[in-house]
Amino acid sequence: MSVILPLLVPLTTAILCLVVPYRTAQRYLSLAGALALLAAGLYLLTQLEDGIQVMQMGNWPAPFGITFVADHLSALLVLVTGVVAVAVTLYALEENDAPRERQGYHALVHFLLVGVNGAFLTGDIFNLYVWFEVLLISSFVLMVLGAERAQLSGGVKYFAVSLLSSILFLSAVGLLYGATGALNLADLATRVEALAPGLRSALAMLFLVAFGLKAAVFPFFFWLPASYPAPPVTISALFAGLLTKVGVYALIRVFTLLFTYETAFTHQVILWVAGLTLLVGALLALAQGELRRILSFQLVSHIGYMLMGLGLLSPLALTGSVFYALNHMLVISALFLVAGLIQRLGGSGVLVRLGGLYRQQPWLAVWFLLPAFSLAGLPPFSGFWAKFTLAAAGLEAGQYGIVAVALLVGLLTLLSMGIVFAEAFWKEPPKASANLEARGWAAQALPIALLALLALGLGLWAEPLLRLSQKAALELLEPSGYIQAVLGVSR
Amino acid sequence: MEVLLSFLVGGLFAVGVYLMLRPHLIQFLIGFLVVGNAANLLIFTAGRLGSQFPPLVPPGGELLEPIANPLPQALILTAIVIGFGLAAFGIVLFFRAQQELGTLNGEAMPEQFETAPLPSLVDEPQTPQERVPA
Repeated sequence: MSVILPLLVPLTTAILCLVVPYRTAQRYLSLAGALALLAAGLYLLTQLEDGIQVMQMGNWPAPFGITFVADHLSALLVLVTGVVAVAVTLYALEENDAPRERQGYHALVHFLLVGVNGAFLTGDIFNLYVWFEVLLISSFVLMVLGAERAQLSGGVKYFAVSLLSSILFLSAVGLLYGATGALNLADLATRVEALAPGLRSALAMLFLVAFGLKAAVFPFFFWLPASYPAPPVTISALFAGLLTKVGVYALIRVFTLLFTYETAFTHQVILWVAGLTLLVGALLALAQGELRRILSFQLVSHIGYMLMGLGLLSPLALTGSVFYALNHMLVISALFLVAGLIQRLGGSGVLVRLGGLYRQQPWLAVWFLLPAFSLAGLPPFSGFWAKFTLAAAGLEAGQYGIVAVALLVGLLTLLSMGIVFAEAFWKEPPKASANLEARGWAAQALPIALLALLALGLGLWAEPLLRLSQKAALELLEPSGYIQAVLGVSR
Repeated sequence: MEVLLSFLVGGLFAVGVYLMLRPHLIQFLIGFLVVGNAANLLIFTAGRLGSQFPPLVPPGGELLEPIANPLPQALILTAIVIGFGLAAFGIVLFFRAQQELGTLNGEAMPEQFETAPLPSLVDEPQTPQERVPA
């Protein structure tokens, strides 16, 4: 039961949001649902003390029925999804966006959360495809809700690329099924060993492209900066925190459970993809003049760090990857929400039209700087430990090239955040700037402050989360525990 | 039979991908429908074909061998439903995009509606006097 609670909670909330006709009631219902999801995530994590949690739907035994599995990786991601959901719904409490709320904004957010958590928890590869579609359809509607011109233009691109990646994923699942006769992930893990190496590598590359499109890695990232800055900031922040991480999760799952045989080829490709994603994303971020586009490219760039750990495939490296993913979910959501506040208080998201915010709103500067430093990986923030772990793992494996790129991108990120700070906060405000509304933003700063202080707290006291990430990494590298938990037989 | 269908799937993929690469959104949508059917046929073929009996036990009777594989059919049914929903959403999305943006050419849809020039990283002198060295 604890395994599917993170699915049932948002599903119930979404249905209630559809039924309840009052906007204010929907908002508080949405917040209550997000808090309950957070509680469900915590409960699931405590249950993992007794080992990997498995649930067979309808009591059909493992390879035949639909399986839900929660190991440390899934449970941690579900927990942080809950945190991001709480922050975003808190921020949305004060957003007076009546048209979108009337069109079902709150229900869609929770349907999206159902899809995200379903993808994290399922133990069946076809079921993973179905959860991907659940979250994609919700995200399509959220992306174009309100039908502004920029939203439609970005939405068309996002829709098109997502369709392509879904079809590739479906074809890859079909071919994998044809080759092995299995769909359950644990069952597949025992059968892929018998495949011909060439076939296995070809399948691995199909999955890499399909999930890479979702995770927005080089060279498949172009759709993300074209679409994420378009919708309202709560939706951007939710997408930035959660959606690409589902792609990263799927990559980590598939490339630690199934395709671990030709690592000299597959994981080397992943390392190259990681390095190029890091470098290209960071450089393109420096070439943008609009706040949310800068953050979108930073989002793309930092996906590279998570893939870097996967490519190195050592306990330390995967620990770094998992820790980085969790940290990044918090930090990038916080930054997108801050971008929304800057846009509201400064009247624009374009850097040359901003200025002087530090003098007017010194606290806003604090809430921007905390997650920005964490993103850049400065000590003592959580991003520092994540990067430190990854760099140490890279040096341990003798992969000096990727470590150099990772550290350089840390510097480039700091430069990019520094430019934003100098332009939006320090520079003299341009003459034509209108200070729209300077009051009443404290309630919206609260969720940002929560995320930012969490990032700081996780940096000062990184031990518990690092240990949990390490457990997740060890489970990933020793899949026999996962297989045994699902199939109930030891191999 | 599998070989024949494999060629059909390959051909459909080629046609569909070509259409999906076209800038016109309606061509893209038709391409998606073709590729979607290709993927469904691929799963069908992957489940092995042949002259088989339906996987049903008649009341009081016995299961007739060889049995057809029911799993690919369940998978395809799910995929068809999802593909149908996506195509329906796509038609409405493209219609709205055409109304608002006045074009169905995906490449003609701008990425940014607001010009965002890059900030200059060097402080420019405010007045000509400042440029004169003291």
